[in-house]
Amino acid sequence: MNTKKLTSIFFSIVKYLSLIAAAVVAIAPVCVCVLTAFKTNEEYASTSVLDLPKSFLNFENFVIAIKQANMLRGFVNTTLVLLVVLTVSVLISSMMAYVLNRFRFPGRGIIENLFLFASLLPGIAMQVTIYEIMNRLHLINHLYGYMIVLMGTDIISIYIFLQFFENLPVSLDESAIMDGCTYFGVFFKILFPLLKPAIVTSLVLKGVSVYNEYYASSLYLQKSELKTISTALYTFTGPYGNQYNYICAGVLITIIPILLFFLIFQKQVYSGMAAGAVKG
Amino acid sequence: MENSRAVTNTISNKKSFRRWIGSRKVQRWLILITFMTIPLILLFTFTYIPFAKMVQFSFYDMKYIGKRTFVGLANYKETFERSEIFGSLLVSLYYMGGGAVQLALALFFATMMAFKVKGEAFFKAALFFPYLICGIAVGFIFKFFYARGYVLDTILQMFGMDLEDIPFWLQDRRINNISLAATSVWRYMGQNVVMFLGAMMSVDNDLYEAASLDGANKWHQFRYIILPSIKSIIVLNLILCISGCLSAFEPPYVITNGMMGTGTYFVIMNRIAHENQRVGLASAMAIILLALIIICTVAQKLFFKYVFNDGTSDESKAAVRRRKRLEKAQRQRK
Repeated sequence: MNTKKLTSIFFSIVKYLSLIAAAVVAIAPVCVCVLTAFKTNEEYASTSVLDLPKSFLNFENFVIAIKQANMLRGFVNTTLVLLVVLTVSVLISSMMAYVLNRFRFPGRGIIENLFLFASLLPGIAMQVTIYEIMNRLHLINHLYGYMIVLMGTDIISIYIFLQFFENLPVSLDESAIMDGCTYFGVFFKILFPLLKPAIVTSLVLKGVSVYNEYYASSLYLQKSELKTISTALYTFTGPYGNQYNYICAGVLITIIPILLFFLIFQKQVYSGMAAGAVKG
Repeated sequence: MENSRAVTNTISNKKSFRRWIGSRKVQRWLILITFMTIPLILLFTFTYIPFAKMVQFSFYDMKYIGKRTFVGLANYKETFERSEIFGSLLVSLYYMGGGAVQLALALFFATMMAFKVKGEAFFKAALFFPYLICGIAVGFIFKFFYARGYVLDTILQMFGMDLEDIPFWLQDRRINNISLAATSVWRYMGQNVVMFLGAMMSVDNDLYEAASLDGANKWHQFRYIILPSIKSIIVLNLILCISGCLSAFEPPYVITNGMMGTGTYFVIMNRIAHENQRVGLASAMAIILLALIIICTVAQKLFFKYVFNDGTSDESKAAVRRRKRLEKAQRQRK
């Protein structure tokens, strides 16, 4: 009995120590950034990186970062992209999933496999030739061109909806049809409202990936007024390459919105991650 | 009287049913066309046409604009002969090692959290949050973290290490890839924890209680309850990890710009395609990578089939054998 109690105490100690250590490692690099972001140039040059700044009300670096990297513009662009891409991709991928799940027609299997195979193709590699196509379609350096690219590479959402439709009983459709509903009515009036959990999942996964997307944005939005938040941040590699108090301020500016989002929608984010995992 | 009314009712029902079915057919086609057109157009313009072009371009010496000359397999040959490209595949081994460490750590922490922990919400959030930070920001955070005389060096000096004994984390060729792979572990480990935890939580809580009543210790609970519940997710993540590691891009791109032997496959491909504009060579590289990824995926499918189906079929075979033996025994008794 006694040894059992001892081992369980020992186990608790190991458990908490390891978790605390992991949490420190996860948070510390960001915390150091917070410290540095509030330091003036002199402080930055003279103090150790782990010293506290004189005041946490020194927002000068943030102002410089916003001006220097044109980050407000980046926020506006990213918000626009998020709004359009998320709306359209929820609509078209749920529609596609509805058709694939509820109808049997020639070529259905082929189409499903085409989507499946497409999810194997590595994104960055495909951009080598997508760039050529974008060039031909004159979509480079237009915000809508970038939006279209992001919508076009949206396969995970379709899978999330397909999975969800599997669990929605067909009798729902049938009874609505008996009541004289058209297929369009069935989808928009009956099924779409029921898709809410799947919509939340796909919004979370797609939203995070769009907000953090860098590569396509750097290729297709090269003008400075078209930069999104991540490409705007990347401009810090240039002239301010070693002025880490500015860079840290910029980094924090990009982190704050997503931190707020995460704190508010924690539950949805976790369940979205779990659902995304089952996809296979 | 009542009967005949019922009969006429069904007849009129049948007629309207026919009309109904006729209009349904039209509707069916309408909905198929309207709902599928946009996704299919997008799928073809951004996946299959680029894919076809990639195959085509890989046989040409070309830039995005200008003259194209057919060169046969020369691009593929060059891919295999360029030492930097082969080297970049070796670099991705570091990321695979990182991925293995990441999964092991995630499994450990998820297990710790599956047993009751105070402040679970905080630990989970702290571990998960790095996943939401964009790759460029992660890059800057760690550029600062590893830079000579900055964060990591200061911390180590606090513990009494001499600056001279501390290696250059990003310049020293022996360790810089490990430094970079560690940033990936930092970023993705929490996401794996959340995924594992989700699968573990799907296990009925009574099972744990029953187990502890039966005197099972923590190790037994882990071995016989937790591990089986997440076996398939672990394998899935191992496989995803392989293709993820082959396509690692952001850490070296932001932190070292692929210098000092840290260039991964995509960093080099990006340079070849968009800076040197050697589109043909980049296409050949892309196709070789794709082939590697397909091989891995097929291996995954086979592995799944072998490992998971094998277990169940063995069990059923044993069951069948037992049943037959029983039947035989009964017959003999008769």
